[in-house]
Amino acid sequence: MRIAIASGKGGTGKTTLAVNLALFAAETEPVLLMDLDVEEPNGSIFVEGVLQSETAVYREVPRWDQSACTLCGKCSAWCAYNALLKLGDTILVMPNLCHSCHACSELCPAEALPMKQESLGKLSYLECGNLRFVESKLDIGLEQASPLIAESLKYADKMFSDIGFQIIDSPPGTACAMLSAVKTADFVVLISEPTPFGLHDLNLAVETIRQLSIPFGVVVNRDGIGNDDIYKYLEQEGIVLLAGIPNQRRIAEIYSQGGLLYKAIPEIRTSLDKVLRYAKGIR
Amino acid sequence: MKEIVIISGKGGTGKSSICCALAHLWKDRAVIADCDVDAADMHLILHPQSSESKDFFSGIKATIEAETCSSCGLCASVCRFDAISPQKGKYLVNQLDCEGCAYCYRICPTGAISIPEQKVGQYHISQSRLGCTLIHAQLNIGAENSGKLVSKVKSVARHQAKQEHKDFLLVDGSPGIGCPVIASLSGAHFVILVTEASKSGFSDLKRVWELVKRFNIPGACIVNKADINPVICREINEYLLKEKILALSEIPYSEDFPAAISMGRTLMEQNESTWRPIFEKMGNAIKEIM
Repeated sequence: MRIAIASGKGGTGKTTLAVNLALFAAETEPVLLMDLDVEEPNGSIFVEGVLQSETAVYREVPRWDQSACTLCGKCSAWCAYNALLKLGDTILVMPNLCHSCHACSELCPAEALPMKQESLGKLSYLECGNLRFVESKLDIGLEQASPLIAESLKYADKMFSDIGFQIIDSPPGTACAMLSAVKTADFVVLISEPTPFGLHDLNLAVETIRQLSIPFGVVVNRDGIGNDDIYKYLEQEGIVLLAGIPNQRRIAEIYSQGGLLYKAIPEIRTSLDKVLRYAKGIR
Repeated sequence: MKEIVIISGKGGTGKSSICCALAHLWKDRAVIADCDVDAADMHLILHPQSSESKDFFSGIKATIEAETCSSCGLCASVCRFDAISPQKGKYLVNQLDCEGCAYCYRICPTGAISIPEQKVGQYHISQSRLGCTLIHAQLNIGAENSGKLVSKVKSVARHQAKQEHKDFLLVDGSPGIGCPVIASLSGAHFVILVTEASKSGFSDLKRVWELVKRFNIPGACIVNKADINPVICREINEYLLKEKILALSEIPYSEDFPAAISMGRTLMEQNESTWRPIFEKMGNAIKEIM
């Protein structure tokens, strides 16, 4: 079973929940944790594992072969992303705009746009007892997170299909990157906080997960701040409240040092246990 | 007119609350743009009194007309996004997976595929309750092209700020370092980085600053929740010094942030005596650099 931890709003505790849930579950069974918040991955701050391997991840983009090109201009007219531009007697390729659809390369009548590999980022694989941890990090300056997320999931399917319990730490938001990270999950845990910002963004995340028809539940973090509107919303919408995490300065302090909450605060263990039990009941 | 972009790398560091406080401080001098288009929240504090809304179209998605489809499967064989699959003998496009490359459309032998332009969101030109103009937007669920919507919001906001003869365009960016952040940074004169005194906050600050450096934009940094971890806070300050980033302010951990959001207020309205001096000092430091 694969669980994705997601949220509309950033900074609501996705990574905190993902690493604590993974290490807590790994006390009794093998667990795979994947940090797919590829723009700003932070899981490795909390997981003290032994590095097993690092893998460079590539995607394919077209390369202009000047000697073969007849300058017909079809590639630049066809590219839906404006990643190819015919300027005088030159074809300019802009990899940052390319979605690697291969249309230009395969449809070019002169076969002048062979695909070449371009770096997307890096996967680090660590082991920590029963936990296998994969962190995926996007190269700085690249615009699209989704291709790296898709490649990371392929890597997990190939390497860790034997691990029955998998947890994904997703990117924030409700756009294409978040969708790529959660779409293969059997269950999604949305984490938010009881403020108007938290509720507004939770609502967007709920609508997104509903479109994917994946079962989901909600964890309310920083319980005690703000107001009760989030609880009213969950009740009205018939959404299961999986657990709460209290608002305590001590939690913020432990988090700031890269510490694990469930080791220091017993009631966090209870909350994690509730989330795990519910998610496993879904299967 | 100077364009100031507020970004954070990490989410939840107080970026939007700080942006709202600066908007309050400069309500007569600035136009505000909320460029966190997939989780736009500033309107929850700045409460638009009146709005003009426009649809935003960008990109295409394929659809297959069942009557014309000969079920040859060529479309599915070339789709790199696994967006096309047979359902009861006919091919269908999964709209959430389609990235709009139009490869299938170009090779379909029976012309069964069309590629309508997509409405991916809306943007609004609003009069905020503070008096200043707020340009904000909402990206549709799972939509691509958030960077393009950010660019649209920014160009509308720029035009508005010039028309109103304002001194500043204040831009609230999104978390991360990807396309919406890159689009927020393009054309900016100054960047304010909001971080927090945690290992995660520091790590994300470093990655987003590496990105900002490529644009050659000068920056300043606000360390929120500075007293949560004095050791990390000191490390952040050493980093700022080394990278020539102006240390703009250190803000202590405060329940005023969530309390203000819950009341739909800016920090200044929540607790005038605490926050006005802090933000006035910041405002003066920013004006001095400009």
